[in-house]
Amino acid sequence: MRQYEKTGILSIKDLKIPSKKQFEKGVAILECVQEIPCNPCVDSCPVHAISMKDINAPPVNNFEKCIGCTKCVGVCPGLAIFVIKIKANTAWITLPYEFVTVPKVGDVVQALDRKGKVRGKALVKKVVKHGKTMVVTIEVNSSLAMSIRNIRV
Amino acid sequence: MRIRAHPIIDFKKRKELPFYFQKKKIVGEEGDTIASALHAAGVRTLTTSLKYKSPRGFFCGIGKCSSCLMRVNGVPNVRTCIAPLKEGIQVEMQEKLAELPNAEFFGEPKKTIDVDVLIVGAGPAGLCAAIECAKQGVSVLIVDENQRVGGQLIKQTHKFFGSKQERAGTRGIDIAKELEDDLRKLESEKKITVMTDATVIGCYESDKKYRFGAVERCDYKSILYDVRCNAVILACGAMENMLLFPGNDLPGVYGAGAVQTLMNVYGVMPGKRVLMVGAGNVGLIVSYQLLQAGSVVNRIVEAAPSIGGYNVHAAKLRRCGVLIQTSHSIKEVCGEKKVEGAVLIRLDVNWKPIKDSEEYIKCDTICLAVGLTPSTRLLSQIGVHLDYIPEAGGYVAPHDESMQTSVKGVYVAGDASGIEEASTAMIEGKIAGLAAAIQLGGSRNKKLLVQYREELVQLRAGPFGEKPRIAKEKIAKLAEVHHASV
Ligand SMILES: Cc1cc2nc3c(=O)[nH]c(=O)nc-3n(C[C@H](O)[C@H](O)[C@H](O)COP(=O)(O)OP(=O)(O)OC[C@H]3O[C@@H](n4cnc5c(N)ncnc54)[C@H](O)[C@@H]3O)c2cc1C
Ligand code: SF4
Ligand code: SF4
Ligand code: FES
Repeated sequence: MRQYEKTGILSIKDLKIPSKKQFEKGVAILECVQEIPCNPCVDSCPVHAISMKDINAPPVNNFEKCIGCTKCVGVCPGLAIFVIKIKANTAWITLPYEFVTVPKVGDVVQALDRKGKVRGKALVKKVVKHGKTMVVTIEVNSSLAMSIRNIRV
Repeated sequence: MRIRAHPIIDFKKRKELPFYFQKKKIVGEEGDTIASALHAAGVRTLTTSLKYKSPRGFFCGIGKCSSCLMRVNGVPNVRTCIAPLKEGIQVEMQEKLAELPNAEFFGEPKKTIDVDVLIVGAGPAGLCAAIECAKQGVSVLIVDENQRVGGQLIKQTHKFFGSKQERAGTRGIDIAKELEDDLRKLESEKKITVMTDATVIGCYESDKKYRFGAVERCDYKSILYDVRCNAVILACGAMENMLLFPGNDLPGVYGAGAVQTLMNVYGVMPGKRVLMVGAGNVGLIVSYQLLQAGSVVNRIVEAAPSIGGYNVHAAKLRRCGVLIQTSHSIKEVCGEKKVEGAVLIRLDVNWKPIKDSEEYIKCDTICLAVGLTPSTRLLSQIGVHLDYIPEAGGYVAPHDESMQTSVKGVYVAGDASGIEEASTAMIEGKIAGLAAAIQLGGSRNKKLLVQYREELVQLRAGPFGEKPRIAKEKIAKLAEVHHASV
């Protein structure tokens, strides 16, 4: 049994990690590792970076093709896609958000990791509405790029 | 307590409807059921048990378990969880067995309806069956116990999985809306008759056609319909499972479906601090929806050593700080007249409790998401052969590829034919609807049937589809035996 099947928390080892260069242009990390019958992310990508062997296979993002446009973030029903962009010491994380208090650009919010632990503060850079899902971009220190996965407003 | 702000649903303030509970005035809102209005006003105890006089609240919230029976305007045994709230009504608790009322039982004389196909249940399976059938020019009557059509879909605020054909990425509530629009269009063209707030109660003797009794509720009185049909599709859905532990009958111990109905259909907060039992997809999804409604989910306990639901659902909760404890279960509920807390216990690999591993937590609501059982009572009354198939959730009717049971002209679809998902329920509904239309000579489109069957196979192909796949394989084998003997 894998650890995440017990805890619900993915570790870095469960994921494919982009190169430094790929991070620089911004890429989507698909935190969706199980074989579930789902594929809207594939259809959502304008450059066809996401592929899938069949509807049950986990999605694979071609980091070379991905342009970090964040379109897939608001589409994914599993709220499992995060776009990460890193430049020097700064990282921008785009994540899905579905709670009542919607942050505004310029707000400082709490940055939470995969366990829900507060790991620091984040600056809200962008908020886009995708249906009822908010797609929020925050700015954090680059050391937290692969840790922060949620915000508390 | 009412939910006023919600990230997904617009809970507009609705017209106030004053009514009386035990002679005390309470104000509910238009669109409420009696039980949701009482719950919003803080009344969780709806009745008392006959034997032990202990307080009882509701459990299933969808008209299936009888733990919410009350007297309304003098009419006893009203299922208040599905009975619409009306202004000025008198609602009373029934302390003992209800008295048979003197009043005339049926408000009006019996009416007769003659149709080609009767469809019982207007969830995703029943709706798709009705639409498919009516499109082939076959006349349809669809009956549902609830005020609204849509079955479980009307409370599913999350986006669905699946592929484009099954409307992946669309929220359950929006799929329900699309299906209802299609239904209403066919209704306005007089191709479908829709009856809500009505229950199909049984099958009766008849020489040629099938004959069913349906009871429509009107002002808490009943009108009897004599329904004659050539085929029937049973899409009655499923019933939430109970779990055995001391205190499981206290008001505040609810099925996951009831919690979801309260908060997502009626906009009523089920509780402030919730313990979720079960980490399958239902438990995980409802937990997240509780957070969205503003409740605190203390944690989720799961008896199995691993999380049964999708990791993406579990991950959403974990990053909000909700703990999921596998190999843990609930030992007992604490509280005298209502839920005040729970004792949790750790389990070993054989699901046996580990000594001295108890932990007490405070909560006001316990939500059980421990599986569903197909609703098959009408099927067994008709005389359809049933078999126990654990992977399907209990007793189910062996059916052929067209969803036809061992009795000719009797079809099943959706959760009633084995617990699965809305996506598969919709396709099964289409298959049953089309097959019934073909049987009655309304269509000859066998190619479409084959296409629908292929879609089903695709959806069940992954590891999470293993259980329904096994169930349906067993069902197919049994169907061969029983259909041959008919
Ligand atoms: C919390 C939760 C989350 C879920 N999430 C998903 C998901 O993400 N994706 C997915 O595909 N599925 C999901 N499902 C499963 C899905 O909702 C069900 O599988 C689906 O609704 C089954 O459809 P159905 O039409 O068979 O039954 P139902 O939707 O239960 O409808 C049955 C209807 O029949 C009516 N009825 C029953 N008996 C009678 C009678 N005698 N007379 C009149 N009416 C009657 C009932 O009132 C009900 O309205 C979820 C379920 C739950 C509980
Ligand atoms: S971020 Fe844009 S380009 Fe990259 S995978 Fe998502 S949709 Fe495709
Ligand atoms: S849309 Fe989301 S949940 Fe569905 S396969 Fe893609 S990443 Fe996974
Ligand atoms: S029948 Fe009303 S709560 Fe179950």
